[in-house]
Parts: sequence; C-alpha cells; structure tokens
Amino acid sequence: MESTAPTSFSYDADNEAKFQDLLTKYPTKQAVVLPALWLAQDQFGYLTPDLMDYVAKRLERPPVQVYSVVEFYTMFHTRPVGEHHIQVCQTLTCTMRGCEDLQDLIHDEIGIGPGEMTKDGKFSFETVECLGSCGTAPMMRMDNRYFEGLSREKLKRILQACKEGRNPADEDHD
Amino acid sequence: MKTMTKIISARFDIEGNHKLGGYKSNGGYQSLDKLFSMQPDEVIDEVKKSGLRGRGGAGFPTGMKWSFVPKNIDKPKYLCVNADEGEPGTFKDRMILDFDPHALIEGIMICCYAVGIETAYVYIRGEYDHQIARFSAAVGAAYDAGVIGKGAMKGRNLDIVVHKGAGAYICGEETGLIESLEGKKGQPRPKPPFPAVEGVFGCPTVVNNVETIAALPWIMNNGADAYAAIGTEKSTGTMLFSISGMVERPGVYEGTFGVNLWDFIEESTGGIKDGKKLKAVIPGGSSSPILTAEEARNTALDYESIAAAGSMVGSGAIMVLDEDTCIVKALEVITRFYAHESCGQCPPCREGTHWLHQIAKRIRAGKGRPEDIDLISSICPDMMGRTVCVLADAAAMPTASYIEKFRHEFEAFIDTASPPVRHLQPGGVNPEVGRL
Repeated sequence: MESTAPTSFSYDADNEAKFQDLLTKYPTKQAVVLPALWLAQDQFGYLTPDLMDYVAKRLERPPVQVYSVVEFYTMFHTRPVGEHHIQVCQTLTCTMRGCEDLQDLIHDEIGIGPGEMTKDGKFSFETVECLGSCGTAPMMRMDNRYFEGLSREKLKRILQACKEGRNPADEDHD
Repeated sequence: MKTMTKIISARFDIEGNHKLGGYKSNGGYQSLDKLFSMQPDEVIDEVKKSGLRGRGGAGFPTGMKWSFVPKNIDKPKYLCVNADEGEPGTFKDRMILDFDPHALIEGIMICCYAVGIETAYVYIRGEYDHQIARFSAAVGAAYDAGVIGKGAMKGRNLDIVVHKGAGAYICGEETGLIESLEGKKGQPRPKPPFPAVEGVFGCPTVVNNVETIAALPWIMNNGADAYAAIGTEKSTGTMLFSISGMVERPGVYEGTFGVNLWDFIEESTGGIKDGKKLKAVIPGGSSSPILTAEEARNTALDYESIAAAGSMVGSGAIMVLDEDTCIVKALEVITRFYAHESCGQCPPCREGTHWLHQIAKRIRAGKGRPEDIDLISSICPDMMGRTVCVLADAAAMPTASYIEKFRHEFEAFIDTASPPVRHLQPGGVNPEVGRL
C-alpha cells in the first residue's frame, strides 16, 4: 500500500469543480479528506490504492492517513460492489420485524449471502447496522436510496425489476 | 391527557414546507427580527431560561453548553450540528431534515448569533442521501435569498456547510464527530478539553443535535417562559419520540414531557400489534436499560422519571417488545451492533463488546454454559466508566438490565432443550440453519 506511483485517475471536470469548491469550505486540507473520497468513490465506484493516493496527493496528506480513514468508515468500498448494492438493516427493530426473513429471500432470489456478489456483477449484498429507519422496518438501502416497509412480496418485485433492467424505485409501493 | 403538543413537528405534514417560500408562509424566519434586536447574551439567557436540553441523547442544558464558549477569544468559533442519527431506534432528525429543513437553518442562525459563530457544519450521516439533498437544497435557497451568507446576520457572515458522513455510529459522539469532520477516523477525544473550549480545528465549538437546534425558533417566537410552561419543571417542552417495534403504527410522535410512558405509546401508535401483550419497552435507544411492561406502565415520560426508573430518555427512541420477542435474541442483536461500532481505541470497549456478543450468541444458539450469565454480569461493570467515550457504557448498561430483568429467559436457553421463546418473530431464522 506504500505506492506513490503516478496514477491514471483524476477527477472529471464536474468533480474537479466540486473539489475546488470544497477547498474553500474548510480551514484545513485534511478536513476535505472525507468529501474528496466521496467524489472519488462516486466517480469510480470504489476506492483503489491509486485513488486513495490521488486524494492524498491532492490534499497534501500522507497516504497512510487516507488509507486509515477509508478503513474506518463502512461506506467506503475498497472492492467493487454490484450494479445494485443491497444493504439490509439487521439491528433491533428490523430484526423484530422480520429482516432475517428478507435475507433468506434475497438468498433464494439472487443466490448470494451477506458479503457476496453475483458472478455477473449485477448484485452485491451486505447486512448493515441501524440505518435510522426503524419506523418503517424492515428496510434496506440500495442504489443510494431507502426501500422501507418491506414485505416479501415487495422485495421480490424490487429485485425482479432490477433483474429486468427496470427502475426498482417504481416498485417501491405496497 | 393531551399528549401531543406540536412544536417541532407542527409543519411536517404541510405540503411544500421544505421550500423557502413554503416555510415563510408557514411562519418561518419570523424569529429573526426579534433575534437581531437582542444582545447575543440575552439570547443565551433566553435559551437557558427555556430549560431546553440536548435532544441527541445526553440531555445537557443547551443554554449552559453555549455559555461555556469563551467570549473574548482571538479564534473563530464553530457550530457542528449533529445529524449523524445513529442510535438504534432513532429516526426523528431525518424528519426535520426532510420536512422542515429551514427550521434547522433558522435555529442555526439563532445559535450562531448568540455564540458569535460564522461557520456551521451540519454533519449528516452518509446513508441519508435523500435528507442530504433536501437540506442542501434548503441551504442553497437560503443563500440565494440572502437569508444566510455574507453580512446576513446583522452585518456578520454566516456560512452553512453540509458535511456527509461515511458510516460510523461513533461519529454521533460529539468529539468523534469533530475528529471525523477534521478528516480523521472518528475516534472520540478525551475530555477535557471540552469542545466548547477546544473543538473542531482547535477552536471553540458548539455541538448540538438537529432537534435541539430546530426547537430554537419556537422558543424565540413564543418566549422562554412559554416553552418552560410545557412539560415538567426540569424536563421542559416537547420531544420527538421515534416509536418502533411491535406496535400498530410505528412513527415519530411529538410528546410533552411528564405524560405516562405507556399511555403515550398506546395513544400515539395504537398499542401492541395484532393484540399481543407488552413484554418490555426500551425507552431511549438501544443504549438505554430496558423497562419491564410494569415499569413502562408506571413511569412518566421525562428525564427525571425515566432516570428514577433506572433508564434514560436518551434520543427518544422508544422500542416496544411484545410477548413473542426473545430477549436473548435481542441481546445478541444489540451486542453485535456495539461490537461492530466500537471504534477500537479503548480495550474495555473493543474487547468487552465482542465478549458480550460472543456469549450472547452462544447462549442463543443453545451452546451456553451455566456460568455464562454470571460471566456477562461480571464483564459489564468492568466496561463502565473506563473508556474515552460512553460507547462501552452504552453496551454494558442495557446488557446488564436484560440479564437482571429477564434472567429466566437466559436460563431457559441454557438449562432446557426448549426455550420459551425461540424466535423474535414468526419467520425468524432457525438457529440450526441460520447464517447469523
């Protein structure tokens, strides 16, 4: 991980503008580490050592500082995730209201368990801790949005939409 | 008894209120004339007099927190609004961000004017994409209209920066949040120095919860006395309660302090789902000790009464467990949470949370040892009061209470082949085949 080799990654024009704007919003460059990592991850999909080195270089931080930040936060990915990344909440209320059932259903429908990705890269799946949606438990986060009040039927419809290349949000109704 | 005074949630249901024009037509930003006619110190006194306490979990008096910030100091001061809503069971700040984002902005203006702050960072948990977009749009509209920005505060500047978290419960702890905002791992700092003296970027910093800040416009508009007249003497005003679990209509309900806890739950949500019986109530998020059904029926909902009952109001996250809910499974789930979320810097927490989870897990799997219950009871006190922040306490306190109040359920898992309640809910995973 000590690579400081020149990297082929750089922000696209849109993200470069956002990055420049971020620099004006914090009194230190280090404070821009998280937002800058977000830009990199949003652009590339996940964070490779090259991307982390790029962020470190742009912010004049030691690369190891950036690596340790990436390691600490669960939302930064250092491996590719699926086209649809499914995060099923498994904390107390969601468990009370049947999230384990949903995990089984996901396994039955797309053939993977928590921590796995389908071979075609269409889906990845993980269980996560409380997402702050306990009033509409059980729930999951996918495609950067919440799907709440999930029943087996609703989840099946959502997954089916993904499989058929339709927008899963269209199935987010009872 | 009237249990639903609306202060914070009054505008949640109004269409278009999340936009600047909508908010203004609903009485928004009306506190500013009064605010700017007052001296900053008078505003702090007013907030002190209101009795408003922090709604993030600790319940610390807000005005007093502000008054700890040094007055004549040659450094910038900062406000960090804690929107890293992460305490299991809590989902109320997202309602404010979603449906009343300008109330948060107006509240930020009040705090910043009172304390002499020109930059506020709003740290929103990374998973709240929708709320981040909603609140960012509101901030953009406020800039465009000159409500905030250069010279907006009686000639003084006010900048609001939305900062997206990246998934870490511990960043809801105020010094963890500060570390994270500085671009580091969110590992809490030893206190003192307290953030009011040395917070973010080495400068005096106020850290307040979203709901705390959102209560300020009402207090300015109606006066501290009007706010203090609601609730009880020491628990003034109202609070948003996130009620979840096995009730008919889970949701966010605003409650007046001092009402009966169970009456409030029942009136708001319609009571236990499917006519089942109440087993227990977790009153203030998963970190708070559990109350038995009897305790929940005989306790008033305010800081002092819940404390007297041996628990805490916390973030107002009320989780309701019905007769079918397995306490052993509940412990397995919450200890997994704390083991996952421990930041790892203090050994009693890093090791203790994992020990608790391992023991709870093996008891639930039917592999518990007779000495395991006492082992849990002996680990808990060794985790409390020995760490930089209170995450270890937050794991140990509820754990100890589950054992103390529902010991028979743990014993049943260890002593007999057929424990009384095997699953949390119908459809729960069979422990023999389950992956968890």
